[in-house]
Amino acid sequence: MNHAILMSSAADNVDFMIHGIISYEIFGHTVWITTSHVCILLVMLVLVGLSIAANRRMKRATETPEGFQNVLELLVEKLDGVIYATMGKVAAPKFANYFCTIFVFIFVSNISGLVGLRPPTADYGTTLALGLISFTLIHVTEFKNLPPKQIWADMCSPLPPWLPIWLPINLIGNIAVPISLSLRLFANILSGTVMMALVYGLLGKIAIVWPAVLHVYFDLFSGAIQTFVFCMLTMTYISQNYETE
Amino acid sequence: MNITGEDLILACSAIGAGLALIAGIGPGIGQGIAAGHAAAAVGRNPGAKSDITSTMLLGQAVAETTGLYGLLIGMILLFVKPLT
Repeated sequence: MNHAILMSSAADNVDFMIHGIISYEIFGHTVWITTSHVCILLVMLVLVGLSIAANRRMKRATETPEGFQNVLELLVEKLDGVIYATMGKVAAPKFANYFCTIFVFIFVSNISGLVGLRPPTADYGTTLALGLISFTLIHVTEFKNLPPKQIWADMCSPLPPWLPIWLPINLIGNIAVPISLSLRLFANILSGTVMMALVYGLLGKIAIVWPAVLHVYFDLFSGAIQTFVFCMLTMTYISQNYETE
Repeated sequence: MNITGEDLILACSAIGAGLALIAGIGPGIGQGIAAGHAAAAVGRNPGAKSDITSTMLLGQAVAETTGLYGLLIGMILLFVKPLT
């Protein structure tokens, strides 16, 4: 199987699959550069351009903000507000940069369906990577902040620490976290992509203006909610490791 | 009309995809309950409307996950065809 998930072809004019563009051999495996890579590169270019523009604008920032500076300050203030409200004063300054970055990245990826790209988050590779980053962060902060005794007690949680019968179930629960985080994001965006592809593929003759309503729901609303949920859940899991302080 | 083994598996995959989407019932009920309680909460305390709305949307998005797993199984059965 050298095809990624959902990389085969379906009906003739319904197209929501990931297409391979270039293939190359590495260690005996065929690896594909797919449309997901191209879309993710475009999203990153947009974000890098935006960051450079923001940096140049903020270097000559004025006391009373106007125009672009207003937008930037509003964005950073709102995101900081959410992060501080969820994580508390101790943990929030350490993670504010990371969560702002990942929020903007997932959001722009999700709404990139509006400009005709296939959203990169509708590829399980992207979301699994995001989920694994969250998993690593959760457990690194756990081992940094909690004493080993308490980690062991948490792992045997409903039963006392000297009776680790519940340990395997808690381990499975921990492993399920990145899987459910990534699958939730992936399946939501994928379902939106499939719906839009079906509308445009099967109703192509009468799909004139009204699919805009569906775009507002599937791309904007669903994308924003799922971005929020992904960041919120990761923040909650991480801030659990700061409770004793 | 000859039905080969592959045709049979494809047909059964389609039926299985339809059955997998029954999973949509659960999140529907759950989201309805959440929205109902949120409406009641706004009725009791209209000042906290924005907090209630964001909490409700967060909970609903999490409750939606099981339905999306069903959808994923259905899509994999239909398009990836793992059994043939």
